Amino acid sequence: MKKLFSGNEACAEAALLAGVRFFAGYPITPSTEIAEYMASNMPKRGGKFIQMEDELASIISIIGASAAGVKSMTATSGPGFSLMQEGIGYAAMTETPTLIVNVMRGGPSTGLPTKGTQQDVMQTKWGSHGDRPSITLSAENVKEAFSLTVRSIDIAERLRLPVILLLDEFIAHMREVIDIPERVTVYSRQKPDEDPQEYVHYDDKRNYNAPYAWFGLGYKIHLTGLTHRKDGFPTNKEEEIRWKMKRLRKKIDDNLSFLEDIEIIHPERDNIIITFGSGSRPSKELVEGDEQSKFGLIRLRTIWPFPYNTLETLLKGKKLVVVVEMNEGQIEGEVKKITSDKTSILGIHRVDGELISPDEIREAL
Amino acid sequence: MTHTPWVHDLLRMDDRFPHVWCAGCGIGIVMGSIIRVMKKLNLLPENTCLVSGIGCTSRMPGYLNTDTMHVLHGRALPAATGIKLANPDMNVLVVGGDGDMLAIGGNHLIHAAHRNLDMLVIIINNFNYGMTGGQMSPTTPEEMKASTAPYGNIEEPINAVNLALGAGASFVARTTVVNTGQMDNFIQKGMQKKGFAIIDVIANCPTLFGRWNKMVEPVDMMKWIQKNTIPLSKAEKMNEEEIENKFVTGIFRDVEKEEYLEKHKRICGDKGEGCAKK
Ligand code: SF4
Repeated sequence: MKKLFSGNEACAEAALLAGVRFFAGYPITPSTEIAEYMASNMPKRGGKFIQMEDELASIISIIGASAAGVKSMTATSGPGFSLMQEGIGYAAMTETPTLIVNVMRGGPSTGLPTKGTQQDVMQTKWGSHGDRPSITLSAENVKEAFSLTVRSIDIAERLRLPVILLLDEFIAHMREVIDIPERVTVYSRQKPDEDPQEYVHYDDKRNYNAPYAWFGLGYKIHLTGLTHRKDGFPTNKEEEIRWKMKRLRKKIDDNLSFLEDIEIIHPERDNIIITFGSGSRPSKELVEGDEQSKFGLIRLRTIWPFPYNTLETLLKGKKLVVVVEMNEGQIEGEVKKITSDKTSILGIHRVDGELISPDEIREAL
Repeated sequence: MTHTPWVHDLLRMDDRFPHVWCAGCGIGIVMGSIIRVMKKLNLLPENTCLVSGIGCTSRMPGYLNTDTMHVLHGRALPAATGIKLANPDMNVLVVGGDGDMLAIGGNHLIHAAHRNLDMLVIIINNFNYGMTGGQMSPTTPEEMKASTAPYGNIEEPINAVNLALGAGASFVARTTVVNTGQMDNFIQKGMQKKGFAIIDVIANCPTLFGRWNKMVEPVDMMKWIQKNTIPLSKAEKMNEEEIENKFVTGIFRDVEKEEYLEKHKRICGDKGEGCAKK
């Protein structure tokens, strides 16, 4: 079915089709339409929408609902996303699948509520204290606001982790006609086969793509943000601490190729533009609009884990790598980690809440 | 033949004991009461979830043999809200200390109370932060001492009962660890209440609050609690000055109000098909 949707509406509808039946949030520009769409449509699908007292509560209540067996999500923007960091860490530590949509606006602080930037890229990786497995996806248009919401939920359910989907103000409020399928397929967690007496919530065969129990099934599971053993109870033993940290890391390391998602256009050309989200439209115009262009393009749909290995191969021998992003060089720093001195790096940044234009890129080149 | 007491069914008896609490601590007394009431009401552990934040009280989920969630500091109530909305069949029970519930979690308490979602919240109120070493809390009585109030507390303490009444909870009561009969009774009433129920349990922390305030033995602080307790029926006949700094115990409110999920069904037309699968 064709639908004229804003990015926010596409995201909300995708989540409902993917089986999200619990949404908790707090009003914040420019993400509010996701909550509003959920408020009207969630009850019709048998789910619960709740407006919580703040973002601290929103993120924790979706973790509670997910631990009780219902696919759950929240949506927010910069200031609210900052408040959610403690909850994101807790979701990772307890391995509870959750989707957090961050519709980026300008920062720091209250910043630019009605204008978009891409300044929260590093925060999605390091915003919550401690080493945490981070998964972040980034959509470039309304169509992807839909498809990547579905994918984010699939990843969260498979890997038992919080997944962050980055939209920005431009995509959130842009309206496009997109195809909405009647149904979408996502991984849905299954109940364990074992009896409760034999069941171990965090045993090694149960790290990802495996059945596990939720509250109310009789498995009497214990969730804690304290570093814990396989049975979920806290520990201070070095060996068990190492085991838990490795287990979290393995969720990412074992699934790198599944998580990796990049769009590649003309990688054979001498120079490459790297971009993501709203940075991609102007960049693509330069690459695709001109047969003579000396620029190829790499666009990150999955930002974290960063595709270091793939990019290292693709960027080998390139003269110039241009990183187009609406922040002060957050992805540029990652690209520098994998390029040699022979490759020049040029960052094209904009943080005033306006989109980067193709001319701006042309001029900089 | 060894005899296994029935309470063991409701405790995680593998390697979780001995528990972390100090000898003489009041928290275990409250856990005992919860277990007795669960047994009495025949609440299935399979269908019960105990949720807590962070603190000495909040270690209780580690011992109760139900589904348990030890959440972040102050955040037990939002987690409990998510659990109850996802699975309305579950009995949701929340425990927390005075710091957890009234300081860092104070905003959540106000909103959970006014929402009137069906759950029982027990505040184990021992006037200080035990887990971090005896700092002052929102309920530390004026001029009593704590490690961050070495000259005596300057701030007027928060009255949890008044807060809950103001926020609109359906059931509000206060009891003490000294009066376990009353505590059992209130916890039972709170568990049976359809709607948001909250009980402020005045408790002793002999190790820290007690020592800071010249009540060195566990029983000293119990005696202090007992001495300063006034039943509501008596307090109603006293003036404000007479009940200042006293622990007024009793049921302050017990009303029937339409519960959140019932309202959700009525107003939003929810049929509940999106709830957790069994
Ligand atoms: S510090 Fe106080 S509250 Fe904590 S376990 Fe010891 S006696 Fe109980």
